[in-house]
Amino acid sequence: MKLLIIEDEQGLRDNVTQFLQKEQYTVEAAADFHSAMEKIALYDYDCILLDVGLPDGNGLNLLRALKSKQKRDNVIIISAKDSLDDKLEGLNLGADDYLTKPFHLAELNARIKAVLRRKALDGGNVVKLNNMELDFNGRTLCIDGVTIHLNRKEFDILAFFVVNKNRLIYKSALAEHVWGDHMDNADNFDFIYSQIKNLRKKLKDHGANLEIQAIYGVGYKLTV
Amino acid sequence: MKLLNHTLLYLSASLVFILSIWAVVFYFSMMEEVYDSIDDGLENYKMLIIKKASRDSLLLTKSRFDESNYAIRPIDREFALRATEQFKDTSMYMEYEEDYEIMRMLTTYFSTPQAQYYELKIITSMVEGDDLVADLLHALLWLYVAVIASAFIINNWVLRKIWRPFYQLQHELRGFKLGEDKTFNPPQTKVTEFEDMNNTVAELLKANIAVFQQQKQFIENASHELQTPLAIAINKLELLLEQTQGKEAQVQLLANAIQYLERMTRLNKSLLLLSKIENRQFSKEETVDFNERLRRQADDFEELLHYRNIQLDWIDNAKLQGRFNADLADVLITNLLKNAIVHNYDGGWITVTVGKDEFEIANTGRPQPLDTDKMFTRFYRSADQSSSTGLGLAVVKAIAQHYQAEVGYRYVDGLHRLYFRLPHLM
Repeated sequence: MKLLIIEDEQGLRDNVTQFLQKEQYTVEAAADFHSAMEKIALYDYDCILLDVGLPDGNGLNLLRALKSKQKRDNVIIISAKDSLDDKLEGLNLGADDYLTKPFHLAELNARIKAVLRRKALDGGNVVKLNNMELDFNGRTLCIDGVTIHLNRKEFDILAFFVVNKNRLIYKSALAEHVWGDHMDNADNFDFIYSQIKNLRKKLKDHGANLEIQAIYGVGYKLTV
Repeated sequence: MKLLNHTLLYLSASLVFILSIWAVVFYFSMMEEVYDSIDDGLENYKMLIIKKASRDSLLLTKSRFDESNYAIRPIDREFALRATEQFKDTSMYMEYEEDYEIMRMLTTYFSTPQAQYYELKIITSMVEGDDLVADLLHALLWLYVAVIASAFIINNWVLRKIWRPFYQLQHELRGFKLGEDKTFNPPQTKVTEFEDMNNTVAELLKANIAVFQQQKQFIENASHELQTPLAIAINKLELLLEQTQGKEAQVQLLANAIQYLERMTRLNKSLLLLSKIENRQFSKEETVDFNERLRRQADDFEELLHYRNIQLDWIDNAKLQGRFNADLADVLITNLLKNAIVHNYDGGWITVTVGKDEFEIANTGRPQPLDTDKMFTRFYRSADQSSSTGLGLAVVKAIAQHYQAEVGYRYVDGLHRLYFRLPHLM
């Protein structure tokens, strides 16, 4: 999988590149509008992370150029603006997703994977992990061919762990992904623990071949 | 006191002064003129009598005034040569007035060709000083009344008309509010002073509006600009966190740092949201079903409520709907619900009541009422909530103001009750 990150802030570019390389992606980076334009014209990417606020041009114009060339690259817009209008405009122009800064890297990872999964033509939108199958369309979990009932939030939690397997998931990243960003640590994320406990029990009862570990009360990690 | 009456007050006070001085000056100059002309008449008379006496010596024997106005008596040569002609005021019994009246008398001396010396006294009636003063005062009083009355009428009629642009400006300014979209229209006028004032006020307001906009823009821009460095810092710490696995103390420190950066992010987002609400960037409206939306948002808090053993009850008295921006409705509801959970105690309860034009969220909590003056201001938070942004209720207030809705707080029967009432027009 080949990804392109178009971002003028070097710090952010480096973070994302470093993080995504660990996911076995080929990651290229462009720091400004013109070099991004060149790269888009020359190569095809599976997913493009596009910062719309570039100093030398509006990122949305890159998106327009991309679509006018009939390219099928997936685009995730990254913006410092949490504005619904921008979001709608970006999505209308053909972007696949919209992510507001600041974001957790695990969240970015989940978004990229979702986009790539939807793109895969064999589709089905199913992720397999050991003896476990996670169907993102039907939002169901099968372990050894047996369908297990998960409620909406349990599925979201598990899916987030699965796409970020073997990574430490910081508590607030999980809370934001599942409950939305109004759930902040004023509420103290202890309640997540009881959710994880339930999920763990379900997985264990059905003989899932994986484990969700708590890491020093800071976060969790799905180890395969 | 109105400006109109101020003018009148100063005018009447100064008129008293001016008219008094004028009366004194007028009196003396008139008296001088009167004396002058009477004395001239006497001189003329004197010459006529002397001329006549030189022809008709019978005249020289008229030693009493009687019916005429002169008297002649012979005098010594020495006395005549030493004496000088003089005018003086004297009094004389007047048959007509039956009283002594002031008369003007000329005493002069002449000689006939026969070297006989005579003293000639001529009198004429004088203006009566006291009568004159009385008349003058009387006239002055009327003049004063007339001037004040006309000034009053002119003030009321003309000045009111002239000052109209001023009152219009005043009216415009009273209706003007910084931060509202209303533009300021100075009233049209042909009076240079008012035109100047209108222009000055218009310029001043324009500058103020610009500063206000800049300030609002600044908060928005600053919040925007902070997002990227915050993102980078959080992400770097996340990367470091992954590499630091196995070392608990370091992991805790890093997690702690992330926690604070996230708090800053939330602060930043809330400020941005406030600016956006105030800048009216949520214009898209739809019909929002509050009963349904309240339940849907409460669903997100289900696990948290369960964890804290807080019971949530619903009382749907009516269907509550209104034209509302959907995102703002969600923000409003989550902020209020979260407020009711965060400020609650474990094992407490929350009651959501939906009425025809309002909904109320009542919760158990600390057994004291909150400070209603401060609870909706920015960065106000109770002492036990150090990690909250202190902006949640400020956002609620801003949303209420945006929709001219009412948000209020009551503390009844040990329950904190926050209600949100939609305006009737919605």
